[in-house]
Amino acid sequence: MKPAPFDYHAPRQLQEAADLLARLPNAKILAGGQSLVPMMNFRYVMVDHLVDLGGVEDLRGIAVADGMLRIGAMMRQRDLEMSADVARYCPLVTEALHHVGHRQTRNRGTIGGSLAHADPAAELPAVCAAYDAVIHLASTRGIRAVPFRKFTAGFMATVLKPDEMIAAIDLPIWRQGHGHGFHEFARRHGDFALAGAAALLDVGAGNIVRQAALALCGVATSPIRVEAAEARLIGQPLDAALIRSAAAAAWLVEPISDIHAGGEYRRHLAQVLSMRALTDAARRAGVDVPVVM
Amino acid sequence: MSKQPTRVTVNGKAHARIVESRLTLADFLRHELGLTGTHLGCEHGVCGACTVLVDGRTTRSCLMFAVQANGSEVTTVEGLAPDGELSVLQQAFIDNHGLQCGFCTPGMLITLTELLRDTPEPSEQEVREALTGNLCRCTGYAGIVAAALDAAQRLRNGSGG
Amino acid sequence: MGAKHFGARVKRLEDPALLAGRGRFVDDIKLPGALHACFVRSPYAHARLQSIDIKAAMVLPGVHAVIATDDLPEPMRSQPMPMLLPNPSIAAACTQHVLARGEVSYVGQPVAVVIADTRYIAEDAAAAVVVHYDVLNAVSDCRDAIAAGAPRVHADLDSNVLSTFRLAYGDIDAAFAGAAYVFEEEIWQHRGGGMAIETRAVLASHDAASDVLTVWSGTQTPHIGRRMMADLLGRELESIRVIAPDVGGGFGPKAIFYPEEAVIPAAALKLGRPVKWIEDRREHFLCATQERDQYWDVAIAVDADAKILGVRGRLVHDSGAFAPWGVILPYIAAATVPGPYVVWAYQLDTTVVLTNKVPTTPVRGAGRPQAVFAMERLSDRVAAELQLDRAEMRRRNFIQPEQMPYEVGLIFRDGKPLVYDSGDYPKGQETALAQAEYQSFRERQRAALDQGRFIGIGLGNYVEGTGLGPFEGVTVRVLPSGKVAVATGATNQGQGTRTTLSQIVAEQVGCRIEDIVMTIGDTGAIAQGVGAFASRQAVNAGCSALIAGQTVRTQLIALAARALGVNESDIDLEDGQAVSGAGNKPSIGFGELARLAQGIPGVSLPAGQAAGLEHTAYYAPSQAAYCSGTHVVEVEVDAMTGGVKVLRYTVAHDSGRVINPLIVDGQVQGGVAHGIGNALLEWMQYDDNAQPLTTSFADYLLPMATDVPTCNISHVETVNPLNPLGVKGAGEGGTIPAAAAIIGAIEDALSPFGVHFAETPLTPERIVAALRAAGAYERLFVA
Repeated sequence: MKPAPFDYHAPRQLQEAADLLARLPNAKILAGGQSLVPMMNFRYVMVDHLVDLGGVEDLRGIAVADGMLRIGAMMRQRDLEMSADVARYCPLVTEALHHVGHRQTRNRGTIGGSLAHADPAAELPAVCAAYDAVIHLASTRGIRAVPFRKFTAGFMATVLKPDEMIAAIDLPIWRQGHGHGFHEFARRHGDFALAGAAALLDVGAGNIVRQAALALCGVATSPIRVEAAEARLIGQPLDAALIRSAAAAAWLVEPISDIHAGGEYRRHLAQVLSMRALTDAARRAGVDVPVVM
Repeated sequence: MSKQPTRVTVNGKAHARIVESRLTLADFLRHELGLTGTHLGCEHGVCGACTVLVDGRTTRSCLMFAVQANGSEVTTVEGLAPDGELSVLQQAFIDNHGLQCGFCTPGMLITLTELLRDTPEPSEQEVREALTGNLCRCTGYAGIVAAALDAAQRLRNGSGG
Repeated sequence: MGAKHFGARVKRLEDPALLAGRGRFVDDIKLPGALHACFVRSPYAHARLQSIDIKAAMVLPGVHAVIATDDLPEPMRSQPMPMLLPNPSIAAACTQHVLARGEVSYVGQPVAVVIADTRYIAEDAAAAVVVHYDVLNAVSDCRDAIAAGAPRVHADLDSNVLSTFRLAYGDIDAAFAGAAYVFEEEIWQHRGGGMAIETRAVLASHDAASDVLTVWSGTQTPHIGRRMMADLLGRELESIRVIAPDVGGGFGPKAIFYPEEAVIPAAALKLGRPVKWIEDRREHFLCATQERDQYWDVAIAVDADAKILGVRGRLVHDSGAFAPWGVILPYIAAATVPGPYVVWAYQLDTTVVLTNKVPTTPVRGAGRPQAVFAMERLSDRVAAELQLDRAEMRRRNFIQPEQMPYEVGLIFRDGKPLVYDSGDYPKGQETALAQAEYQSFRERQRAALDQGRFIGIGLGNYVEGTGLGPFEGVTVRVLPSGKVAVATGATNQGQGTRTTLSQIVAEQVGCRIEDIVMTIGDTGAIAQGVGAFASRQAVNAGCSALIAGQTVRTQLIALAARALGVNESDIDLEDGQAVSGAGNKPSIGFGELARLAQGIPGVSLPAGQAAGLEHTAYYAPSQAAYCSGTHVVEVEVDAMTGGVKVLRYTVAHDSGRVINPLIVDGQVQGGVAHGIGNALLEWMQYDDNAQPLTTSFADYLLPMATDVPTCNISHVETVNPLNPLGVKGAGEGGTIPAAAAIIGAIEDALSPFGVHFAETPLTPERIVAALRAAGAYERLFVA
């Protein structure tokens, strides 16, 4: 399973990378390679040019500013997993990363690569959906900011133009003391999720839910926010019954079906995992709800 | 530009070559450098038989191109015990029946080398989770896990074996 | 003579080189001037081959040849591959041509081969070969294949039924008529494969000067391979040498002779250069043989005390598009059903069906796991319906040790009556249950339930015929250097053949293990051989090693006594020295004895002395050696997701006398991993057009380190009275009852919901569907 021939380019600057993408025909970005290279080895994907962003310093780094955590697109998943800043400001990311592939894949895989590849089962896109992340896309035309809701475009598709690359991801930082939860079900450790739920809860006095986000991966062609669940939560006092009622809204999603899992099963998992993720988020936000099965 | 120069340091020795861009790091190591200890089991990034260290991190060498490794340091199984003696981990594999056909073994050793370096006192569960990126079809993993825990203990005790 | 090596946990000789990355697998062998191959394969499950256009492929730089069927020499061009295991029940012989002629019958069937400077270029060229197909209807499910109006799997075969046969004994009608209870089960066991981590590989090189064709192949059966190559290439056997070097796992699929093993040598001969072919994983999913897709419809008749009166049923077995090993697989399954139980009457009707999928041949367990699954599901059913403990139900039905040797009433696949030579089945079960703390399990289960956790326990028993013939050979020869050369047709894909045979030879001959120089799996080193399958090597090669070793021992003692001028009874052999106990204890080394054994040029040997110190033994067992065992498994089921975790795995394993417990434990543990895969994960899926759907390790799931607990293994050694070592085979016992025990445990865990399962693999989705149908979620989860 050897890939078809291609030319390899290793830019050192963001501008150089953008220029290459603009002028080279049938060019693809090489980020971590953990999703792209298998497809090249199978010859499902054949490119004429590979633009390796591994040497572009501008695309790395983690910074906190204006209530946002800004993550460079080429940050390796392993580095994010071990980052104290990520754990402090966006703990949902850290939690989700434990489920992403295996150590070898996280050593090379990047957050930008995962978002651009847009596998419906991938964890990081679901996390970005939960955060209402802002994705910064760079090209020779400059940088444009796209809210995550507008970034996905169906099954393994995004609004990235052929000459664009993800430069950075902004995650809004939730109030200190908020709760997060992430649960997924996969056949084996590190496998792609058959379904996963990412939850964020900001709970105020009297256990009233001030802000809520529930995103699902693996269930639809791209990650979805379960707005019906969020609507049931916001403004209400948080308890086990409320969580159950919110999780039930996950049953309403339109699930995909493939050889790994049928639609009915995914819908069922969506509900179960939403329950577990919301429960974890509630407990972490300081609300004493019992651990669920 | 489908052939490019690349300079890779492997097990401490620098190699400069001109290679096709599409030559994988695994094939570079095996056929260009003759280091056949790194094996190919799937070429799509699941079985882990091709695992090497690139700049100290476990990497699936079937998913990387030799040109990407330009300027990097690579460690293969041949570099784990360069003096001809076996390392503590390798000896633990012998003592705990950690291999049968030996095909997945180099990848297992590299993965465990990273684990024991970063987590000198792993629990059994941590060992098992670290190994999920490496498939074995012969051993049922018991001997590998036992070898890892045994090696961890010996390394902590500072004994050579 | 005390057992110094036999039975000891000797560390493996194979390990140091493999650990240092100095293994020598086929792809590690570098021959100067070698070219590389890539096969062009059918993308259709069934089609007529209209034409092959190689022009675009041939113009690519670095391409040397594109070979299709008409470019091959006779007889391999027009004659299909030989069928190794004929059976009178087979209607029409069904094997493939090495390169397709006129018709392709499964996705992946080889049509042509490209030979180029590198594999990379060969793949480019293979993609450029244009093949015109006339697509025909394909049959995917074997039940559809026998339905009226089914498309033909092969255009020239009127029927898709390869064979039908019945295995029976006793009066089955009377058994069922007189039964207090009759229970029926419909069972579906899906396809799966051996999936060794090393794919198949062939490297062929012809030396023009000596006219020897050397072929390195990742095979379990080099001698059989050599015969097949000789037949297909039309060459003398002696002009072909097949070597199985280090092989990265076998498990059955590598025992088969494949088209590629004939085509690559033909290409090497044609081009006058070595040719190497390394299968990639995608090809392996398409073309390496698989097992299962079996539908069982079985019933059990019992009396009021749960004693089995009879078992009967029907088995539909998917052979795939061809039958390179005949009907061995379903036959073994059919003969294994009665197992360790007294079954007064038995009748199983088997229909072996062709489909447009890759052929099925033995994979670890070889049909026995399916049989055990059927029998154990029936037994669990009886226990459940009669409200009896499942272990007790089995206890009431075991064949007792006093009944050995026990004649079951069938002919086994070895051609001999199925007679269990030895075994203590009740003891095996008791041992496993005690180790698994079965008695106290209900308490543990109740405590877990109080916490909202569902845990369950299951068990499975089996009897396994191992050590199958016809023979295996070992040569032992003392060398002038003092080392002892050993050659065997036995092979190694990880089972530690070198180590176990060294233990036996060292024990007999009186040398050190490290002084043994062994050649394994090389047809150039020993004239006849069979290879590894059916857990046969410990018996066959082990006994040959014993006999050859004993014979050489006798020769050494005689020669040493003569040389030292003492009585034979005074001679001891230890660490490569013959030492006399008499007088001032003179000794003579093996090396010197080897030189003496060569005599002096022109001078007659003394009376009674033969040439050299060597012997070749080809041990031929009279029948199979019957292993047995019990697995007890504890699982936890997440009732909300259907996820299953194997918590605890206990094995009582009887494979006769154990040569090396380290290695036997490794085989059991490794076998259990395959069993867990069969039970929960591994499912080779095809669509209705027989297109394979699971063609990568992302889709076909192998157990990981987090899926397989370390087993608690007890050895119950009932000595095999039929061979001089008392051994039985150990390679497959870990797999055989695993699925039965695991599915039984899942059912037990979910017993509050009364769900029932009769399929493998059992997926979380199926578990959730069953729970939903049983109303579980109305109780557990208010929507």
